[in-house]
This record gives sequence, structure tokens and C-alpha cells, in this order.
Amino acid sequence: MTAITVPAVLPERRGHTAARRRSLRPGVVLGLAFIGLLAVAAAAPGLLTAHDPLEISSAGAFVPPGAEHLLGTDQSGRDTLARMVYGARSSLVMGLGATAIAVTLGSAIGLLAGLANRYVEGAVMRLIDVALSIPDLLLALVVITLLGTGTVNALFAVAFASVPYYARMIRAQTHVVRSAAYVEAATALGLRRSAVIRRHILPNAFKPLVVLATIGVGNAIGAGASLSFLGLGTKPPAPEWGNMLSLGIQYISNDPFMVIVPGVAITLTVLSVTVVGRDLRRRTEGRS
Amino acid sequence: MTAPLVRVDDLRVSFGGHGADVVDGVSFTIAPGECLALVGESGSGKSVTARTLVGLTGHGARVRAAALQFDGRDVSRHTERHWRGIRGAQVGFVLQDALSSLDALRPVGREIAEPLALHTTLTKAARREKVLELLRAVGVPEPELRAQQYPHQLSGGLRQRALIASAIACGPRLLIADEPTTALDATVQAQILELLGGLKRGDAGMLVVSHDLSVVARLADRVAVLRDGRIVEHGPTRQVLQDPQHEYTKALLAAVPATHAKGTRLSSAPAAVIRATPREFDRSTPIVAAEGLVKTYAGPDRTHRTVVREVSFAVHPGETLGIVGESGSGKTTTARLILGLERADGGHVSVRGRRWDSLSPADKRAERRRLQIVYQDPLSSFDPRYTVGRVLGEAVAVTGLRAAQRRDRAVELLEQVSLGAEHLKRRPLELSGGQRQRVAIARALAPEPELIVCDEPVSALDVSVQAQILDLLADLQERLGVAYLFISHDLGVIHHVSDRVLVMKDGEVVESGDVRQIFTAPAHPYTRTLLSAVLTPAPLPAG
Amino acid sequence: MRQLKRIATRFAAGVGVLWGAATLSFAALHVTAGDAALATVAGDGANPTQAVLDRVRADYGLDQPLWQQYLGYLGRLLQGDLGESYQQRVPVATAIGEQLGETVQLALSAALVAVVLAVGTAVLTARRRPWIRSAASGTELVLTSFPTFVLGLVLLIVFSFQAGWFPVSGNDGPAALVLPTFTLALPIAATLSQVLRTELEEVLEQPFILTARSRGMRDAGVRLRHALRHALIQIVTMSGFVIGGLLGGAVITETLFVRRGVGQLMLTATTSKDIPLVLGVVLFAAAVYVVVNLVVDIVYGLIDPRVVTA
Repeated sequence: MTAITVPAVLPERRGHTAARRRSLRPGVVLGLAFIGLLAVAAAAPGLLTAHDPLEISSAGAFVPPGAEHLLGTDQSGRDTLARMVYGARSSLVMGLGATAIAVTLGSAIGLLAGLANRYVEGAVMRLIDVALSIPDLLLALVVITLLGTGTVNALFAVAFASVPYYARMIRAQTHVVRSAAYVEAATALGLRRSAVIRRHILPNAFKPLVVLATIGVGNAIGAGASLSFLGLGTKPPAPEWGNMLSLGIQYISNDPFMVIVPGVAITLTVLSVTVVGRDLRRRTEGRS
Repeated sequence: MTAPLVRVDDLRVSFGGHGADVVDGVSFTIAPGECLALVGESGSGKSVTARTLVGLTGHGARVRAAALQFDGRDVSRHTERHWRGIRGAQVGFVLQDALSSLDALRPVGREIAEPLALHTTLTKAARREKVLELLRAVGVPEPELRAQQYPHQLSGGLRQRALIASAIACGPRLLIADEPTTALDATVQAQILELLGGLKRGDAGMLVVSHDLSVVARLADRVAVLRDGRIVEHGPTRQVLQDPQHEYTKALLAAVPATHAKGTRLSSAPAAVIRATPREFDRSTPIVAAEGLVKTYAGPDRTHRTVVREVSFAVHPGETLGIVGESGSGKTTTARLILGLERADGGHVSVRGRRWDSLSPADKRAERRRLQIVYQDPLSSFDPRYTVGRVLGEAVAVTGLRAAQRRDRAVELLEQVSLGAEHLKRRPLELSGGQRQRVAIARALAPEPELIVCDEPVSALDVSVQAQILDLLADLQERLGVAYLFISHDLGVIHHVSDRVLVMKDGEVVESGDVRQIFTAPAHPYTRTLLSAVLTPAPLPAG
Repeated sequence: MRQLKRIATRFAAGVGVLWGAATLSFAALHVTAGDAALATVAGDGANPTQAVLDRVRADYGLDQPLWQQYLGYLGRLLQGDLGESYQQRVPVATAIGEQLGETVQLALSAALVAVVLAVGTAVLTARRRPWIRSAASGTELVLTSFPTFVLGLVLLIVFSFQAGWFPVSGNDGPAALVLPTFTLALPIAATLSQVLRTELEEVLEQPFILTARSRGMRDAGVRLRHALRHALIQIVTMSGFVIGGLLGGAVITETLFVRRGVGQLMLTATTSKDIPLVLGVVLFAAAVYVVVNLVVDIVYGLIDPRVVTA
């Protein structure tokens, strides 16, 4: 699947008791632990590996996992573990950065559509419709064609491709909240329109965004890796999981390890973030 | 006496591993040709009992009984296969609200034919004939057309008839009707009860489940009153309704507002402690006056639906004006126009002599505090993130009270609706339906309004809770002098609370006047139809 | 009549979307047109004379007023003329047409596999014992978390390199289609099945299901004859998501399995900054989206009588 997809409306499940909501599931604990590990790798890679990701080992290329190189070395003799650890930062920056941009832009556009008069709303929604008619990966490729390849441009591409999804979600949510009985009740009390928007409409419209954005971070990491895999994002020799995987394919028959390690890392990252995001949803929905 | 059709002895049902018994030792029999009613409020176990009789108790249910017999055979050890042979063929089942109880994606004819396809060897053509015959039998006009239509294309009454037709398709020995008229308007309700009454002929039995004593009075030969999974009173209908023995049955009957005029108490709860002195209101002008209100909504295909037409009335300080009408009569839209939440397409609303449309936004906000609203569903009227304390705090803050005094005022408001200060920290979701409505009333009281619009405030509540809320509203009016614009589809409630009444139909006021006059000498034919459809466990008191 | 009117409205909306996409595409072309003239003449690093540049600009109509260029562009689009590829020097429509067959084959087979898998899994696992549901939803979660290229690699390693059942790459024959199809289909199937099961479980709680059971219908009948149709309504509304998944996924799948196709074409165009070709593929994708949504709307009216006769 195009890894950038953000569902427009989250299906809600009912019937959770408060106690079940609060309990920590083992999958969630594992997910949080893995995310913690990634955070450490991104913040202080030196703690997890003694090697430099660009340094060429004296042991040579295609060294199997061992004491010196825990995950072996790649085709150029660089330490795979070091490249994985340093690559974590690149993944997290992609996930958080692209999501931050997409959420900010998407919310602004969605709010504009949701709160403005119907002409502005109509115009904005038609634009969103156009953006949604184009598969998000293709939208990302258009951005890259216009801006060029590279780490930063790939981040913008991933961000822009998911803007319409956030915009649509916020606008739909604003509409639901705007006509809610509690907004009417606040109006009937004599609150100012601006106070009603600030106290009731905005917080409730943005409530599902936290969960969506969390899951969105996982998707953005996958999408960023996809672009690097296609040779459009971060380029070698800079350590990045997608391009490591792309390089590894050439040696897949004699050293499948070079493909398996980054592949597992990307999947686990997306999986962990998704599991944690869904758990967040499970915890918040009973109170919505 | 002939052998009973159904015999249930010491039935116990629980859900989940160690859940308490929701049905706790229920025993009854139904003889051929007899109609038994199970009556109780929500959570009394009446529906679970009914479903157990067709083996559809639900997921994770544990069913135990000393005896569970149908037609002389023990069904307590029946497997799913056995049950399937009984369901639809020997027991027909009618649920409430046919819109959700019929498959929305299939024509009603196919739904009615389904039990025939499952249990008989009739050919398709024969089934079609039988469906038309059934539709005629339940009083559906134009059966050929109706059989091809989808549930949403039929009126509520026709849908319920179609659902009944599908339940009796195979000529079952027992018909179970679970709240068969609950979602229907009063006039339609009367017709459906008549239909069900007509089906009681022959030696088939009937089990009616309802929260409504008046429904039971029309149908049942015997009544079993359920509370918390137990039968508290059981006997012939006339005896139970006219000479109830158990305290609970007495309370239930007393709680029905229809038989009691304004000023009588419906619940046994003590009057609310209200430490406010009644304010003196200016009685020279009405609080609100509506003049020739018109509201039109755009419909599909550029049509326009006029939901309110030429409605005029005034509400004076301290009085209750009741608006009664069936669904779609324009009651709620009228209320929203009065509150200035919606703009009228014609006519105007004046608040204390000043027209809504002449006010600046700031004046509008100030005027809004004179008028407050209480909804049918209080939960959706609270911000889901807020605690009771925050809900009331916001309402209190609007009045300009200083932060230090807000908590005291919130506690005082809770006291007025008979809730304690400990509720401040709770979330509305954690409260019962009655408590939520009390909080909603407390919020409405916060700006010291002159008028509270009550839009079906007790329609979603059990009758005993409804009685408490109606008593509370009466106490508040007496002590605070607040006026009500009270909207309801329930003539009994309207009769109980109102000083004056407006009867609405299709957006128009067909009759208005003093409550006594409307209920004793209705002038308009529609009012007479409405009144004749009112079901009461006992006749209305004369005068 | 209502049905016709509804479809006419949707058709107009679809045309609107395409017009918007075309306008944005024109804007993108216009903004980058300077480069385009340069690139057309000699590629990077060239230093053509002003006369040559002017001639190219005239060729491209870049000397006309903006609105004339715009109308001309729209007119050409209406005739199926998507412009000329900078790199391949062939009409964009031709370039896409040559690659289309392979991608359509891949996308259709993946769509079929995805829907069959999703419906089957959801119907079999909705409201079953907890461990069955957990197993199914766990598998779905893992599958949706696999980026397409990683999933494809896993399938390659297991079924090509280890088992040797399917070729590693290429377009030759049905065997070469199997792994790309599943690579494309599995994540879509997983998402659809998640949504479908949630929906089915909700529908199975509805009163009309209880009514059907109370008539003596067996569980399989209740699921297939009553519940499934209701749940499918939800799936039908996800067609946009499915198209996005198929076309976006095709870029990655075709690259990974070294297959010819529109996805591969799109990637090549992106790397070589072949803007007319990139925009051509995007417009084509938008058109597919609009057409499929229109078809879906018609189907929707057939499944759900409420939208037609409300």
C-alpha cells in the first residue's frame, strides 16, 4: 500500500470498560520499548554502537555477524549496526517532521473550510477533492519532480501528500462538533462566538487528531523509506534504512541479511507506532 | 385447565463469567389463547426473559431453569439446530422500531417471505401470494405495491404491521412482542395495539413485553411486574392495575402523569430544597412572544418543506405553556426559533418586547440568559471533555460571578436539583439518565432565567425517573417563579405540567387554550383524535 | 429518475475534479516552462542562443497570452493529447498507452485477490471466539505495517530464492504475475478486512439481525444474506483508497520486480524530471479515480435503495 494513507474517519469500537481501557497490553509495552530504543538511537547513537556509519572496516566487506560487527558489514565494509543506529535518526526526523508539517497545514486548511462561509468552504473542498483524486505516492512523486530529490525534498513530498487527508478530517470533525448540542447549549448560555469556538469547537474537533497523527508518523516513516528505496530520498552513503535496503537487493542472493535487517527495522517501527496509536485511540474513545 | 403452551419455572440468566443474575428466578405460564404481559423499567430483565424463550438470550449468557417448556416439551437442552426449527415456525417475534428491525436493504415482501422460505416447501409464487395475504391480514393497503417497497419508504405504522406480518407468516403457536409500539406516535400506537389484540384469537398464545402499563392494559389477560430480574407482582390485568398489592406496582402506577392534574406529586421523593426567594418578575409584558412564525427548509429537488407556519403565542412569567404534537409537527423547530438559535423565514420573536432580529450581538447574548433550554438527551448537550463542575462553572461564569464564588454557586445549583457537591468531579457519562437531566436543569438555572424551554425532557427516561424530574420542575417553578415552554409528544405529561396548551400538527397550531378546556372539550377534530388515542391504565379523572 | 439525477450530479463533480487537476497541472507546467524550453533544446548545460530559445517558446506556444495557452492546453487534453515527453520525445499518451496493459493486468488481479481475501476473512472471523479474532486482526496489523517494498522482498526471499516457485522478476507469463499481485494485494486486503470486520460486527448487533435469527435462519445465512450487504456499503466507499493503493503500490512493485508498466514509467519520469510525462500519469490516475468512483456510485445505488428513494 502507499504507506502515506491516513484514514479519513477512524472506525470506533464500543463496549470497553474503564478498567480494560486502563490496562497495558503486552503488545503496547513492546511497541513503546521499541520506540524508546529508536529515540535513544536518534538522540545518542554513540550509546548503542562504537562504530562510525561511514567508516570502512579493516575486516572487509560482507563480514557475517560476530563480536566485532554485531550485524556484520555491508558491501563496502561499513558496520551494519552503526548504519542502522544512525539511520534511526533519519527515520524519526522524517516521521515527525513530515507529520508536523502535514498536520499544521492540514489543520489550517481544514479549519478554514470548516469555519468559513460556504463559498470559501466550497472552493477549499474542491481543491481537496482534486488532491484526493491523485494517489498519495504519485502526489509525492510530483513534488519531487518539481523540487528535486534529496532528504529534505522527500520530507516535503511525504508531508504534502498527506495534507489533504488531515484537512478533510479536521473539516469533517469541525462540522460534526459545530452542530453538536453542547455547542448550542453554550451559545444559549450567551457565550461569545469566539469563546464557543475556543472552548468547545477547537478542542473537540482536534481531539481525534492526536491519535491520527501518531499513526500518521508511522505511515510517514514507511513512506520516507519507500522514497529512499526508489532512489528519490536520502542518498547513499548517508545511512538511511530505505536506501540500505535498496543497495542490499543487489546482493540479496549472497547476503540476504543486508535486506532483512533494515526491512525488519522499518516494519517494526511502523508496527510499533501503529500499535501505540491504536492503543491511544482505545483509551480516548470511551471518553469521547 | 388445558396444558400450558409455555411453562417457565425459576429461570435464571446471567452474562459473563461471574455476572449477577439479570433474570433472578422468574416463573410463569402462558395458556393457549392467553396473553401475558411482562412489565418493568429498563434493566428489569423483561427482554432477556422473552429472548430466552426463543433461545436467543445473547452472547455469553448462562441460562438455568427448573423448567423451560414449550408446548409440553422441554426446550432447556435444545441445541441451536432445534431452536431454528422452533423460531419463526412455532414462535413469532416482533421487536420495537421496525425501521431497525427490518433489513433496510431488502423489500419488505422478501422479509415477510423469509420465514416461509425457511420453514415451508411453498414455491416462490405461492410465497408471494401468501405475503400479499399476510399484508392484507395486518391491514396494509395496496399490498402489491407495499411488498416491493423498502422499510424506509413506509410509514412507522405500516412498517410495524409488516414486521408483525413476518412474525405470523408461519402461523406460530406463540407470538412474542417486545415493546411493539414504543417508537410510534400515539395515534399509530393505538392502531397497532388494536391489530395485536385482533391476533389474540384462537389457541395461540401471546407474550407482550413493555415498560408502558397502558399498553399492557389494552392487550394482556395477565400481568407480571418485573423489577431487578424478579417478578414482584403477578395476576389478572384488571386486578393488578386497579388494586395493586406491591409497593413498586403502586409507585409505577402513581408515576404515570396522565391521571394527575398539575400540582399533584408523582414520585415519593421529598420536595427539592430550594433556598432561593422567588424573584418578582415584571408581569406587564410576556417573556417571549411569537408572531406569525414561518420556517422553511430546502428539500431535495429544489422543493421546500415548511415545518412551521404562522405560529403565534406568548409565554408569561411563571406559567407553563405546553406544546404537544406528534413527530414532525414542528415543535422542536418552534423552540429553536424562540431561542434565537434559528432565524425565522417569516414573522418574528420578541423577548420582553424587543425583537430578536433588532438586537446587536452583544444585546442578543444578554437576552439569551433570560431563556434557557433543557434537551431530551442531556448527555450530548455536555462537552464530552467536561466534568459536571466545569459544565456548571462555565454557566455560572457567564453571569459575571467572580471566580472565588463560582464553586459555591455551582454547589447551590446542584442542591436545587437535589444533587450533592460530590457530583462536581464526576463526568456526565458516569451519571444515570435522571442525574444527567438534573445537571442539565441546574445548568439552565445558572443564569437565573425567566423561561426554560424543555424539549421532550423526560421522553428518554423510565417512568419512575420521569416522575421525579417532573416533580423537580414543578418545585422549581413554585419556588423560583420560572416559566416553562414544555414540549412533548406525551399528552399525559402535557396534561400534568401545563397551564395552557398548544396543539401542533404539520407545522400549524390547530388548537390552543387552557389545559382543562383542551382536555375536556377539545374543539379541533385532530385534538379529539389525539385524545382518543391516549392509553391509560385507568380512565382519566372527570373534569 | 432520482437515480439518473444523482449520477448526473456525480458526473459533474467528477468533471470538476478533472478540470481542477488539469488546471493545477497547467500551473505546474507553466511555472517550470522556462526549464522546459531549455531542456527541450539541449538538456542540461546547454547554452542556446536567444533566437533558438524564442523558436522553442513559439513551438510551445509560450509567447501567447496566458489564457490562450490555458484554453489551448485544455483543448488538447480533451482530444487526449497530454503533451510530449521531454526525454522520450513521444506523445505522453503513447508512452502511457504502451505500458498500460501490464499495469492493468497487475492492478486488476491484485484488486480481485484483495477483495476476495478481505471478504472471506471478515465473514469468517467477525464475532467469533476471541482467539480467532486476535489472530486475524494481528495478521492484518502486521500486513498493514509492512511497507510495500519490504513485503515484496519477504515474498521474494521466501518464494523465489528459497522455494524457487516463482521467477524473481520480469513480465513473462502468469507465474511472474503471482508475487507482484500478492505484494500489491495483501496490504490492501488487510485494511479492507479490518474495516469490513468492524462493520460486520456492528451490523450483527442490529435489531434486524435478531429478527432474522428469530425467524429460524442459520448463522451462515444471517451473515451472507443480511449482514454482508450492509458491510459492503462501507467497502464500496473505500474505492478511492483502493485505487490509490493499487496505483501508488504499482510504482514500488514494478520497480522491485523489474516489471514494465505505468509505475515504472512514472518513476523514470520522476528521476529524469520529465514533467509532461509525470503530469500525464497523474492526470491519468485522476481520471481512473473519477471513473471508478462514478461506477461505484452507480453500484452503490443498486446495493443501497435508501440513497435512491430516500
